[in-house]
Amino acid sequence: MNVVLAEVPALPPEAPAVRPLLDAQGLVKVFGTGVRAVSNVSLTLQAGQTLGIVGESGCGKSTTAKMLLRLLAPDEGRVFFDGEDIHQMRGRRLTELRRRLQVVPQNPQTSLNPRLTLEQSIAFNMRAHGYGAAERKRRIPELLDRVGLDPSYAARYPHQMSGGQLQRAAIARALATEPEVVVCDEAVSALDKSVQAQVLNLLSELQQELGLAYLFISHDLAVVEHISDRVAVMYLGRVVEEGPADQVWNDPRHPYTATLLSSTPGVDRNRIVLGGELPNPANPPSGCGFRTRCPLATAECSETWPNLTVRTPDHYASCVHDEPASLMPMPATA
Amino acid sequence: MSSHLKVTDLHTTFGSGERAVNAVRGVDLEIEPGGTYVLLGESGSGKSVTARSILRLYQSGTTITGSVRLGDEELTALPERRMRQLRGLRIGMVPQDPTGALDPLRSIGSQLMEVLRVHQIAPDRASARKRAVELLDRVGIADPQRVIKARPHMLSGGMRQRAVIAIAIACNPDVLIADEPTTALDVTVQAAVIELFRELQQQSEMSLLMVTHDVGVAEELGGNVGVMYAGRLLETGPIREVLSAPKHPYTQGLLASLPMPGVARGHLQVIPGRPPLTGETSTGCAFADRCALAQESCRTAPPPLVEVGTGRQAACPVVNGTPVGRTATSEELSA
Repeated sequence: MNVVLAEVPALPPEAPAVRPLLDAQGLVKVFGTGVRAVSNVSLTLQAGQTLGIVGESGCGKSTTAKMLLRLLAPDEGRVFFDGEDIHQMRGRRLTELRRRLQVVPQNPQTSLNPRLTLEQSIAFNMRAHGYGAAERKRRIPELLDRVGLDPSYAARYPHQMSGGQLQRAAIARALATEPEVVVCDEAVSALDKSVQAQVLNLLSELQQELGLAYLFISHDLAVVEHISDRVAVMYLGRVVEEGPADQVWNDPRHPYTATLLSSTPGVDRNRIVLGGELPNPANPPSGCGFRTRCPLATAECSETWPNLTVRTPDHYASCVHDEPASLMPMPATA
Repeated sequence: MSSHLKVTDLHTTFGSGERAVNAVRGVDLEIEPGGTYVLLGESGSGKSVTARSILRLYQSGTTITGSVRLGDEELTALPERRMRQLRGLRIGMVPQDPTGALDPLRSIGSQLMEVLRVHQIAPDRASARKRAVELLDRVGIADPQRVIKARPHMLSGGMRQRAVIAIAIACNPDVLIADEPTTALDVTVQAAVIELFRELQQQSEMSLLMVTHDVGVAEELGGNVGVMYAGRLLETGPIREVLSAPKHPYTQGLLASLPMPGVARGHLQVIPGRPPLTGETSTGCAFADRCALAQESCRTAPPPLVEVGTGRQAACPVVNGTPVGRTATSEELSA
């Protein structure tokens, strides 16, 4: 079933990189008592592409997403959507941004209003963006069908649906305004594995058909590698590695990425077990934030947090120890 | 001295009459002293209910039938008073969420010492305290003197889970039941906690019953696995063999649907439909509606577990007749 939902022309995958659709530069966010949740994060997302952000809890990935969605103002840095600073937008410009930039949140149980039917939830989003009654009536069944839900589900309430169905519904609601960028914040994390694969496939199909760009946030490196063109790895509020998904997976250049990969259960690599845990972001270590847990740390690591530098073309890491992970002298167990 | 845990034909039903929910429908499992058994399944499959039923952690209104033997004792026949003495002493439990498992108002030390005192492992406060420090040290907490005084909110999630594990192993139980103990943790912390379970098992003859939805965690642990679906075991056997050559169409589909390097985007194999909710019933095999190989007979009665290799069983008459290691094709799975 190929229902055309949007007039957005789909870019063929081999289209040359043009001006990035979403471009964040030097984002900083400090909360209340000096918790530096995000420090100097720069990210770019091209039209029709997927940028994955991976990291553990407290690394700042969701705070970054909120700034990209203009749900939170950065203390420093700017976010451009299609060349325009989103945190300067007002009025109709802002409404237009919201239409073009949608979100699929982590927990559909709480993001869909329990007192609205699915149709009402989707219509609510469409009405806010000026879609008339006739168009809503025509498109809602199409949208449901497109995400693999029977159009009869329009009359259902969230409690009458399973987790996978709710996540499809949340995707349908996001697509209703014909967005160009969809931010998926842990969008498949709460799903059972057999259902997660269905939703991942659905997201990929929709991207192909509609030319969507995804900002895909997850703690699950295998999922991010699968769905993303590029991956950014965050630790303690910073991007420590960024590059093409397959390169980051196969040839990680930051010891934290190597650790994260080796910790992914079932992945056949020498397990690197870290001492300690994520430092308190209110009181980070001096220099590189990873040095207190890093098996490669040396004296110079306590001086400054290194900038991202290029390793192989288009692949960046912020570590003074410039060597492929396979050569890193990591303590391995089992 | 450790004992053998043997569960036979376990059924757990919540409520009664029309509204009864059959969460567990005939589970058999066995763990040798020092052995590991992983119950693997998706949400609603009955894996946690199985674990909790072994400990009889349910109120009245729940019917548990079948046999649970620990050594030569039949647990289902024990009066509640005796069962209480046994929980924590001979069977330890690590729940999924360490935050909910700990009393937020009391120090870690007080909660750890309580177990030692209740089960009369430590004769007085001083020895309980000494033992508590040793236990925190044993679960890899670097600074036990500080942590013993800390309240749960002062610790990170990983530290809290270690503290809960310390409580669960305080009395050197024969069996440790861990219900998704790493699910709430970050992967790097999860890796360290799995490592801890391994070490603890090496140090003692403790057997481990691990409940998880995570195939990777199961693979890390080794031992035997039981794949649960809708309250029944669909496939059992040594974990590494089951994961490398699954025989039941559900296990095959589940493994094929995991995102792995080399699978093109949009081309993950999927199992159509969704797992049944807890208590959703069907007359035949609960997987039949999602199974490409289902036959008429699958819908009339649930197929029993039958031998499909050395130490391996699968509850599927169809796969039993097909060559070993055959994987359903994507066409079959998506049909």
